Amino acid sequence: MNKELVKISPCFEDIMPQEYKELVDQGPFGKNVGISDLGSFKELLEEHPLCAGCGLALSMRLILASLPNPEDTIIVGSTGCSALAFSQVALHNIHSLFGNQNAVATGLKRALKLRFPNKIKDVVVIAGDGATADIGLDMVMHSWFRGENITTIMLDNEAYANTGGQESGMSLEGTVLNMAPKGKNFPKIALTEIAKMSGCGYVATCNPSKPKVLEKMVRRAILTAREVGPSYLQIFTPCPTNYKLKSNEVLNLLKKREKAETYATTEFLSTEAEEFLKSVEGGNK
Amino acid sequence: MKNQRVVEPEYLFFDAEREKKFITGSEAIKEAIKRANVDMAIAYPITPQSESMHLVGDIFAEGYLREYFRGENEFAVMSEVTGAAMGGVRVFTATGGPGTLRAFEMFPTWVGARLPIVCAFLTRGINSPLTIQPDTIEMAYMLDTGMLMLHAETAQDLYDMLLKAFIIAETTEVHIPIGVFADGFFVTHTKEGVEIASEDIKLPAYDPYTAPVPVMDMENPPVRQMRDPFVMKSNFISYAAHASWQQETVSAGERARKYIHKYLGGLVEVENEDADILIVTSGTAVSQSREAIALAKEEGINVGLIKIKSIRPFPTEEIKQLTSKAKAIIVPEFNRVGWLSREIKSVVNDSDKVHGAPRVYGGMTMPIELILAEIRRCSL
Repeated sequence: MNKELVKISPCFEDIMPQEYKELVDQGPFGKNVGISDLGSFKELLEEHPLCAGCGLALSMRLILASLPNPEDTIIVGSTGCSALAFSQVALHNIHSLFGNQNAVATGLKRALKLRFPNKIKDVVVIAGDGATADIGLDMVMHSWFRGENITTIMLDNEAYANTGGQESGMSLEGTVLNMAPKGKNFPKIALTEIAKMSGCGYVATCNPSKPKVLEKMVRRAILTAREVGPSYLQIFTPCPTNYKLKSNEVLNLLKKREKAETYATTEFLSTEAEEFLKSVEGGNK
Repeated sequence: MKNQRVVEPEYLFFDAEREKKFITGSEAIKEAIKRANVDMAIAYPITPQSESMHLVGDIFAEGYLREYFRGENEFAVMSEVTGAAMGGVRVFTATGGPGTLRAFEMFPTWVGARLPIVCAFLTRGINSPLTIQPDTIEMAYMLDTGMLMLHAETAQDLYDMLLKAFIIAETTEVHIPIGVFADGFFVTHTKEGVEIASEDIKLPAYDPYTAPVPVMDMENPPVRQMRDPFVMKSNFISYAAHASWQQETVSAGERARKYIHKYLGGLVEVENEDADILIVTSGTAVSQSREAIALAKEEGINVGLIKIKSIRPFPTEEIKQLTSKAKAIIVPEFNRVGWLSREIKSVVNDSDKVHGAPRVYGGMTMPIELILAEIRRCSL
């Protein structure tokens, strides 16, 4: 991105909203900032409309602050709670339909490779568990089979939250939710295992209670997609509204589930991805 | 990449020397795409479309396109085409029949997103019950997607309409997708003489920065931009924004009329318009009607013909005016539902004079005798 693009024409300076002026003066573009710099730069997500305590909202803030190359990152989202926040994100981002995010990202990434052969353009899919593991699973998996250079990040709140708390394939077995009145009767989909078998060079799970770990994983997932092949990051983002949690209980739940090993932090690297990441990270962990 | 000379669209369409080749409709698609400066094509097989996208793959291998791959199903392919178009390249794909319905959710989305995608629809029946035979019923479903719809009668039409569709679709004040429809098998699998330009020339490249909406490449402002933002909050501004956006896409389709006139010579073609009996139809039903009209002439019955080339936008004023004096209007169609006769009934002054017959479906070629029988009935 040419930094001139975000600059405000002098004759409009007096009428531009304050948050946009801040984005121009203090935004993260070209500054190589990250999680530890939060508070010192203007974040890309502005006044999202998600619920108090939403694990997804916190994760989106952290993901956006972790992007290695925000000035040349295009995000493809999907239908769900996250889509409500994406209109507030200061990056080019696409909402097409429910479930087609990895197919849209495929076409987009290939188009950008044609148009900018000598420039890095990161295409990152950020979508919910329903979009990724249920309605869009075929397109998610086929983008992996084809070896597309895209990062897939699932915001896993273990339910269809935006439509009112229905069971998803990522809900835990036995959970009582709408459309599962007697409790879900099959296990959580093992999408990380599917990802490893389907060609992803980097597969990881984490949660937003450990921001530095999340940041490392976002960066590794994006760098892998850039140079090696598809990558998959699954982030546990509990929904206080549909799971009837107080907003201040969400972080405790993340820690509890991690301790109980029902949502562990994990990382898998293919040999190729490991070698590549070693070469770019230069021993820094 | 093949070394082709970029020429003005008007030169390629009207002035360039043409050579007549005896080819199928599928081959006519290949010849059009070869000259269309397409960046990317995405394929998925379905009869009777498959051969056309094999051939596009062949010209990709020869270096006429920069990218080509097979997607995983039609909904995915139409989504992949969406991503490519939002990324600012010229894309092409083709489908037909059940593939059209499988992909259906994407078509109004293309329009709302103002994507200038060109898609060939090589029509066939849909599965009620299972069929792979010729039929135009899928066009009934497509009428209200907001896409522009051109209907080819012949392989020549298909070649010309495809090339012109890119230029019309990409015009800034239009910038919505165009479906170029041709009757599967009858056009795709039969050979005819098609006049084509030299393969050394091609259309100018698509410039994505002429689009009325931002390209998703982080290279053009504003960077705070979602394609396409939700305008579904419960307040008046959201309702008004959504309504006015829809009105603008309708207007974009209306603004295409002048370009259809410029490049296709109008939305309709007319022969013998003063006759008391007029056949009004589109696609290969036009060719069959020509044969029936010739037989009727031998019997002393005078019949005129209106060939509709543009289904969307629909030639409302043209049809209204051209049929005002006719005593009978016959609309032969290759489908059960009679979508074209419904369209025509909705615009003529007296809908009682519209005879929505014959309707042929299930797989057979439209018998000329059935059209002739309808002409005879109307001449009594």
